[in-house]
Amino acid sequence: MSAFAATFTDAVSLLVTFDHRVAEIVGLSLRVSGAAVVLGALIGLPLGACLAVARFPGKSVLTVLVNGLMGLPSVVVGVVVYLFLSRSGPLGEFGLLYTPPAMVVAQTLLVVPLMAAIARQVVDDAWQRYEEELRMLRFSWWRSVTTLLHDCRHSLLVALLAGLGRAMSEVGAVMIVGGNIDRATRVMTTAIALETSKGDLALAIALGIVLIFLILALNALAFGLRHWAIRRFG
Amino acid sequence: MAHALLNRLRVFTAAMLVAAAPAAGAAESIVLASTTSTEQSGLFGHILPVFEKATGITVKVVALGTGQALDVGRRGDADALLVHDRVAEDAFVAEGYGRYRRDVMYNDFVVIGPGADPAAVKGASDTPDAFGRIAGKAATFISRADKSGTHAAELRFWKAAGVEPVGQDWYKEAGAGMGPTLNMAAGVDAYTLSDRGTWANFKNRQSLAIVYEGDPKLFNPYGVILVNPDKHPHVKKAAAEQFIDWITSDAGREAIASYKLGGEQLFYPTPR
Amino acid sequence: MHIDDAILPLRIRGLSYRPNGRAVLAGLELELGIEGITLVLGANGSGKTMLLRAICGLIEPSAGRIEWGPAGEGGRPRAGVMMLFQHPMMLRSSVLDNVALGLRPLGVPAPERRRRAMAMLERIGLADRAGDSARQLSGGEQQRLALARAWLTGPRLLLLDEPTASLDPSATAEVERIVREIRTDGTRIVMVTHNLGQATRLGDDVIFMAAGRVCEHTPVQRFFSRPQSEEARLFIQGELPWHMRF
Repeated sequence: MSAFAATFTDAVSLLVTFDHRVAEIVGLSLRVSGAAVVLGALIGLPLGACLAVARFPGKSVLTVLVNGLMGLPSVVVGVVVYLFLSRSGPLGEFGLLYTPPAMVVAQTLLVVPLMAAIARQVVDDAWQRYEEELRMLRFSWWRSVTTLLHDCRHSLLVALLAGLGRAMSEVGAVMIVGGNIDRATRVMTTAIALETSKGDLALAIALGIVLIFLILALNALAFGLRHWAIRRFG
Repeated sequence: MAHALLNRLRVFTAAMLVAAAPAAGAAESIVLASTTSTEQSGLFGHILPVFEKATGITVKVVALGTGQALDVGRRGDADALLVHDRVAEDAFVAEGYGRYRRDVMYNDFVVIGPGADPAAVKGASDTPDAFGRIAGKAATFISRADKSGTHAAELRFWKAAGVEPVGQDWYKEAGAGMGPTLNMAAGVDAYTLSDRGTWANFKNRQSLAIVYEGDPKLFNPYGVILVNPDKHPHVKKAAAEQFIDWITSDAGREAIASYKLGGEQLFYPTPR
Repeated sequence: MHIDDAILPLRIRGLSYRPNGRAVLAGLELELGIEGITLVLGANGSGKTMLLRAICGLIEPSAGRIEWGPAGEGGRPRAGVMMLFQHPMMLRSSVLDNVALGLRPLGVPAPERRRRAMAMLERIGLADRAGDSARQLSGGEQQRLALARAWLTGPRLLLLDEPTASLDPSATAEVERIVREIRTDGTRIVMVTHNLGQATRLGDDVIFMAAGRVCEHTPVQRFFSRPQSEEARLFIQGELPWHMRF
């Protein structure tokens, strides 16, 4: 058997003996990225909807900025958050560096532009269709934002998924602000990076398989939910 | 009403941040900035549980290159450092960032290369000679090039060999940790300098092997430093000192000496 | 019932709308009295929908003005004007929520909104569908829902843009019944239609438009028996030539 195939075989057999350490790492990944996506949605979705609905000077500049920030390398976010949370940084007094909350902050910053950009696109489509009618009903722009966000809720699942995918798969930011500390801030991606650098490719691939499986499962769940919603609400 | 909403948002945000944190007890912990070589060799996984059991203090290890670890200490983001670059360590303490430095242990560097050894490094008389042979044959060499302790040592050996490798075709600067550098060397059949611990724990060796070892010049001492609480008042001085006292005590020395990988001892406590 | 009664009668003076230089409304003159149902007829592109949009302020006229109420005040339309679009908004929620929607900006508390919306659904005969998804209603039911939503806000002037286009006869009859009820309730109605039969069934008077102008504004019976313009005569016969449409 080739070395390539052997690596995969080893990876699968490692998964069969799934131990609690791996479960801990997977659990922390889900908690950190889940929290980041919830916070990112609270900021990003209204921000994107406002960009679609509100009229204000500099709107197109902000739109381009948000779209551009989607491609921000996670390492850059990591370094910036590190500088802020470092003891010598402006937010150092909170002592958040090398803790899961620091990772949540970094991943939140990472997913906000992505979710805002998707929300802007989705809400803008609805706004084009309904703008005049909402104006006739004397909806304020903010009430229009909340109404359209609610109306597009099923399409906005895509934004949540995209955010979750980006958060769970990024390694640069959590590595820098989390420090990849064993049993404290080690998540799936940083564990994969560590195992790779130890040359333990089988374990790295085993973790990668878990990661992909999780993301697929979440996507399947969202797909089913959206399908149900379309049948229910049209 | 807007105020109440803002308050609720604030509470919610805090709750989300806390939710992400593992439900650990209020056990005391310190942050130890150290090197990838010690982390990846598996040493911490062996000795820290012993310390934790004895004192109840959790040590959170952030593994970086020595240069980065010193930077982290300089910014006050760690309570103690365990690194291996004597010159930089002494400067760190002299500049007032560290309260004091103590010898802990040493291991040694090994020259890694393709099993076929095209530059005949195996027959070298000493380390500078080994490096001279690599340069002489223009055999590919992967450098960490990340300001780590290993990188600093490598640069000293080139200097001793009278070679200026930077800019040469055969000299590749990875800018990476020890593991990724070994992965690269394994991928292209190149020479590199590694600490023994990382090498011993490294699995993706392919054709690589130790081609030169044992020269006293390859001696690689580790020191532990207390980050100066006068510079950074939040440093957990008491807990960090407990760790420093322990790792330099008989119990700590015994824990270090008892760590073996494949029957081989990797780290040796510094003789008193 | 209506707080602001002073928007009628409504006079339109020399109203023009020329986006990109093309005259969609060309010096339009019109007066709308305080009650009744006015039907707006005219070929496609004659400016009917634009007239409604100009009245409710969705487009900014290039020239001319609209005067509101007995005092003839100018300016933007105020509360009390409501327009219904050809493809009304159906949010992804229940029929009840979609009807109650219009009460939200008026500061009506939620339980009261639901109570009033439910009463409205009884009136338009959709009470048994209250909990269904609005998007699953038929075209006729969706038009009735939209009428109910507009009606619930208590407009003084209601502008309808072809509410029965593409509806079958029984659905059309149902919509017409509701329109009549809204008129009886005291709301002034202006309604665009292509259905000449509807004009005779429903209308008090008829506005006939061609090329962005009002050609005729007469009582319904007179419009059909003695049309005064050549365009109207040809339109009734279904023979309005192309060059006279725009």
